[in-house]
Amino acid sequence: MLTTPGGWLLLLAVLAPFVGVLAGLALGARNAQRVATLTLPVGLAVAGGIAWTLVQSGDTVVYLLGGWAPPLGIALRADGLSAAMLLAVAVVICGIGVYAVADFGSPAGMPEKRAPFVFWLLLLAVWGSLNLVFVSGDLFTLYVALELLTFSGVPLVCLDGRGETLRAALRYLLFALAGSLLYLLGAVLLYGGYGTLDIALLAGRIHPEPIAWAAAALMTVGLLAKTALFPLHIWLPPAHAGAPAAASAVLSALVVKGSWFLVVRLWFDVMPGVVTIPAAQLLAGLGAAAIVVGSIVALRQERLKLLVAYSTIAQIGYLFLMFPLAFDASGTALVHGAALTGGLLQAVSHATAKAGMFMAAGLIYAALGHDRIADLGGVARAMPVTVLTFAVSGLALMGVVPSGAYLAKKLLLESADGSGQWWWTMVLQGGAAFTAGYVVLVLTNALRRTTAPVQLVKRVSRLSEFAALALAVSSLLLAFAALGPVPSSLISNPLLPKELGPTLLVVFGGVLLALGLSRRALFGADSIDGPVRRVTVAVGSGFEQTDAFLRRWPSASLALLLSAALFGALLLARGPH
Amino acid sequence: MTAATLFGLCAAVLIGVGLYGLIVNPHPLRKILSFNVVGSGVFLLFGAIAHRGAAAGMGGDPVPQALLITGIVVAFSATALAVALLLRLFDETGSVTLSSDAPAKTGNNAGAH
Repeated sequence: MLTTPGGWLLLLAVLAPFVGVLAGLALGARNAQRVATLTLPVGLAVAGGIAWTLVQSGDTVVYLLGGWAPPLGIALRADGLSAAMLLAVAVVICGIGVYAVADFGSPAGMPEKRAPFVFWLLLLAVWGSLNLVFVSGDLFTLYVALELLTFSGVPLVCLDGRGETLRAALRYLLFALAGSLLYLLGAVLLYGGYGTLDIALLAGRIHPEPIAWAAAALMTVGLLAKTALFPLHIWLPPAHAGAPAAASAVLSALVVKGSWFLVVRLWFDVMPGVVTIPAAQLLAGLGAAAIVVGSIVALRQERLKLLVAYSTIAQIGYLFLMFPLAFDASGTALVHGAALTGGLLQAVSHATAKAGMFMAAGLIYAALGHDRIADLGGVARAMPVTVLTFAVSGLALMGVVPSGAYLAKKLLLESADGSGQWWWTMVLQGGAAFTAGYVVLVLTNALRRTTAPVQLVKRVSRLSEFAALALAVSSLLLAFAALGPVPSSLISNPLLPKELGPTLLVVFGGVLLALGLSRRALFGADSIDGPVRRVTVAVGSGFEQTDAFLRRWPSASLALLLSAALFGALLLARGPH
Repeated sequence: MTAATLFGLCAAVLIGVGLYGLIVNPHPLRKILSFNVVGSGVFLLFGAIAHRGAAAGMGGDPVPQALLITGIVVAFSATALAVALLLRLFDETGSVTLSSDAPAKTGNNAGAH
């Protein structure tokens, strides 16, 4: 194996942000922002260059560090998966960078502050670590990349230094560390069993046997803890809801995707023949539980940012639905195919839409001075662009044509039909209604007419509003960007009856859910306060209590160990072949 | 019992003890210490693997040793970050509880530290 033409771009993708971090650190607060502003377009161009090189050569881009080939040396590799994620992350980071100018700028004549300085450095650090996660070709480099990602993500949570956010950051760090130890233990076991940590070499040597099963279970669960897949979401709601809006967007849209991507690498590229269908069903089952619990608890929230944080928990669930759908016809190995493309689209779509949604929530918070959902009345008139952003990102998450989530759903539904797994068809179809539920809840409150015009405590920046809108719109139009690899027949006119019908059905389902489960009656009237509503409210608060119980430290860490044991057991259960 | 097996078993015990501490100790500082105990167990296991993998006549497999150093640096940075957060949390709130249910008033939970 040799370095391919354009391989140096991979090195640049990782180095450019980190050089930016070091330069910014040396140059001080005001210059940190300038360095970041310079690095953003460079990184975007590099990501574009990698994608272009990949499309031109049609083969994996490789760079050998120091010219040493694995197993002794370390290779950086970028396949289609990596290139897509690199590009998506670059676009979202640039969007967040534009948005954050208003919040974290250091205007001339004003004293420099600590938070902006740290924010710009950490933004670049998150970017560099994510790029390293996407291009690493060996499991130990991936461990280091993952830790770098956690170390840059955790301080983003507590940028404002309030006690509440410090506590959230510490919880996040400790739980993530527990997860990374499990991952490292798995990697050590793999080295012990097969004598290499290089992904390509390992894939050729690994066999379904106890050491591989143990390593797979430990690594998967460790990564799930970092991704905050239900029931390991102990740290996510306070961390994502407490951070400043731009930081929440980074954490929610991007940081959780790093460990998710690593699960994908592990299952599809390192041990496609070791993982089994029952284990994949468990993974997707946790995803389905995340969708239901995350969405229902989101509906029960009183604060907008917490609602968006719980929506992230639900959306993380979606990312794991593809695993049981991606097995080959004989059910013995995972293959790269339509289901994986669907999962990847889902991730990119969520990254763009959720960044837009958190930014919109942050702008509303800044303008009103609070984010109580019940008191959002009149905000749509005062900040039409921001509420439009929220609505567009909500539509994109629901999977309305031509969003990326729509195309993802189409691809996953085809795989589910093809492999006869009707239960995932139900989850995929029903999940959108849950998403619609909390979008409808926020929009009905925001669009409510008030007698007096709403008082804004602060004028928000136009630039920030349009950066958020641009990300939301790009998520809604993502299906067009994916037209190259997937046939165009999958996208149809959103106003045709066969598309409009399901969309309306989804929205109707969402309205029903919001009517039944929201904390306050949806339209402000008590007209629906009948026995049915009483039962549904009881169900809702039941879910809330379950969530609160699972987010306590002992139950979450026991869930961590139990799921590792369960994955191990299910990897033993091999189907007939 | 070979030396490698003995070291492997010790590593397993360390990991088990550390995980137990990580789960049952409510105090964040003890959780940080438990994290380091688990980490030591994993590193010890890696050392044992390096020894066992050196069947080819070398004194030891050098790759795990190189990785171990990196692992120790990462664990050290993690500990430093966690302790810094913990100290800052104590400065801000006067308590170090991790539970988000507890009211975040100063002076509360004095027994936790």
